[in-house]
Amino acid sequence: MSLNTYRAGPDEHGHFGIYGGRFVAETLMPLILDLEKAYTAAKDDPAFKAEMGYYLNQYVGRPSKLYFAERLTNELGGAKIYLKREELNHTGAHKINNCIGQILLAKRMGKTRIIAETGAGQHGVATATVCALFGLPCTIYMGEVDIARQQPNVFRMKLLGAEVKPVTSGSRTLKDAMNEALRDWVTNVGDTFYIIGTTAGPHPYPALVRDFQSIIGHEVREQMVAMEGRLPDTLVACIGGGSNALGLFHPFLDDAEVAMVAVEAAGHGIETGAHAASLTGGRPGVLHGNRTYLLQDGDGQILEGHSISAGLDYPGIGPEHSWLHDVGRVTYVSATDKEALDAFQRLSKVEGIIPALESSHALAEVIRRAPTLPKDHLMVVNLSGRGDKDIFTVARELGVSL
Amino acid sequence: MSTANSRIDRRFAALKAEGRAGLVAFITAGDPDHDTCLDLLKGLPGAGADLIELGMPFTDPMADGPAIQASTLRALATGARMTRTLDLVKAFREGDADTPIILMGYYNPVYAYGVDRFLADAKTAGVDGLIVVDLPPEEDGELCLPAQAAGVNFIRLATPTTDKARLPAVLANTSGFIYYVSIAGITGAGSATSDAIAAAVAHLRTGTDLPVAVGFGITTPDGAAAVARVADAAVVGSAIVRRLEANLDTEGKAKPGLLPDVLGFVAELAAGVRGARK
Repeated sequence: MSLNTYRAGPDEHGHFGIYGGRFVAETLMPLILDLEKAYTAAKDDPAFKAEMGYYLNQYVGRPSKLYFAERLTNELGGAKIYLKREELNHTGAHKINNCIGQILLAKRMGKTRIIAETGAGQHGVATATVCALFGLPCTIYMGEVDIARQQPNVFRMKLLGAEVKPVTSGSRTLKDAMNEALRDWVTNVGDTFYIIGTTAGPHPYPALVRDFQSIIGHEVREQMVAMEGRLPDTLVACIGGGSNALGLFHPFLDDAEVAMVAVEAAGHGIETGAHAASLTGGRPGVLHGNRTYLLQDGDGQILEGHSISAGLDYPGIGPEHSWLHDVGRVTYVSATDKEALDAFQRLSKVEGIIPALESSHALAEVIRRAPTLPKDHLMVVNLSGRGDKDIFTVARELGVSL
Repeated sequence: MSTANSRIDRRFAALKAEGRAGLVAFITAGDPDHDTCLDLLKGLPGAGADLIELGMPFTDPMADGPAIQASTLRALATGARMTRTLDLVKAFREGDADTPIILMGYYNPVYAYGVDRFLADAKTAGVDGLIVVDLPPEEDGELCLPAQAAGVNFIRLATPTTDKARLPAVLANTSGFIYYVSIAGITGAGSATSDAIAAAVAHLRTGTDLPVAVGFGITTPDGAAAVARVADAAVVGSAIVRRLEANLDTEGKAKPGLLPDVLGFVAELAAGVRGARK
């Protein structure tokens, strides 16, 4: 297929090729149609843009820096590596970009109650934060397994005034938290706004979250041109649902000279079956409102993902990624738990920056790829979150008791 | 092929002639195990179920409450899968040519099976209709239109959020009957007032001549009777599934007496429905 642009999607039905769509219960259909209408109006409203700009700048601390990682570059001896410092955002990850956008939308729509799902807790913390900022009550659904491995974020959410509801059904991780949030939404249709944390779910969420996260790529474009006088050669990001990757990639999709690599979580290894790599190890199916690549058995039953990183531990992926995968615009690879752990420690020691385990998957690919490239090759990796929340997990993996 | 004069149409016509509403009983295919489920299925018409909804198990039943979630996981744990669900229907049909069976569930297991192959096999097995929760009118091209073309009714859900503007979209391309979900919520949680149900059914009748079945939140013979006074059928799901669950041992296996107890409960519901307009 030859395309004039990779940035036109989705179509009016929310489709990216065969992916995306609106696979939701009838009860929710009027709500997502309302949301689509409200978002279309807000997107082109200068007042909405100005308000978003204000909070992103004054509250989140944007623009985030594009930092030349000189020591890591020298150690790897190849490509020139830049870190997009999303971990410096307020709340410590890229998730807040989307939450600011969605809460302003919720306010515009007159909604008075917020719900969200969370895996690693980063999106939950970001949602709880914007709810505190705007004085709205908020309920966060989180799988019991994730609650156990992300205690610091659970406590953070509670400090911020959110109610954290443990999800005990199914595999008790992110996918089940999303099921439970959908059950809440279908029950509280009048007053509740569902802030989805990634570029997935029914249309218009995948497009809306992508748009709110695209500020990452827009900034990188300006920053790189200012620093190097040209566009980057390769962009690298980790991918669970795919919001930090799409936020970085989307503004560059039509720049043919920019290569893009997204890194899925290979867990214990793709061949073991214990992974969360939907594109590498799954096939197309329908879950949580959209058609996309899913980890599933032959009967269409959803399989549990595995990753050391709770934020990547999801059996699906955003529909636009499925499409970008099929058309070949983005290269999708994977990194194991162990590779991510190594990268986690390496960046900490070499650059004095502790990355999130999620972002460590992207760094693992940088460590593999950079040495094979010439010194004038400009590589940007999205440092989507900071690793403070992961120190307990990492300590346990390394056999250290805190 | 068309869906004209389907088994569902004939059943509703017969109910109308009798001057009463019908009882739609829901159980999950393969719950608590294949053989017990088949016995239950075979017993339902005798207990008074006029139509049967058979749940297609799915790991992630997003619109269902705890009772049906647990039921679907029990079924999967004892080996339920789409081919086995169709086997149940086939075995049921050998002894019953008249009671409509509607498969209810989520799209992914159907999609994984392959839509064309699924419709062909379902039709052969004796399936009469489909209710697929996560396929709204916006996705009619996926399964709804192919199903009607294959002679299988596609039954749409209408909900309290289906307003006047949206109703025509919901009614288009639906056949067999309309399933009114009486509460905004998941299965087995809360219930609507009789007045609210009556008003909603009247609203639906302004747009369609199809029979209207009402479900979600009906748990007792009296509740079923109240619905039977204003609608063409009452659907009971979670309450039957919970009754089944009460007859399982600690390992989730069927205790002796499960069959008569669950079928006895269905008979009470049926008595409620049948006596409603007297």
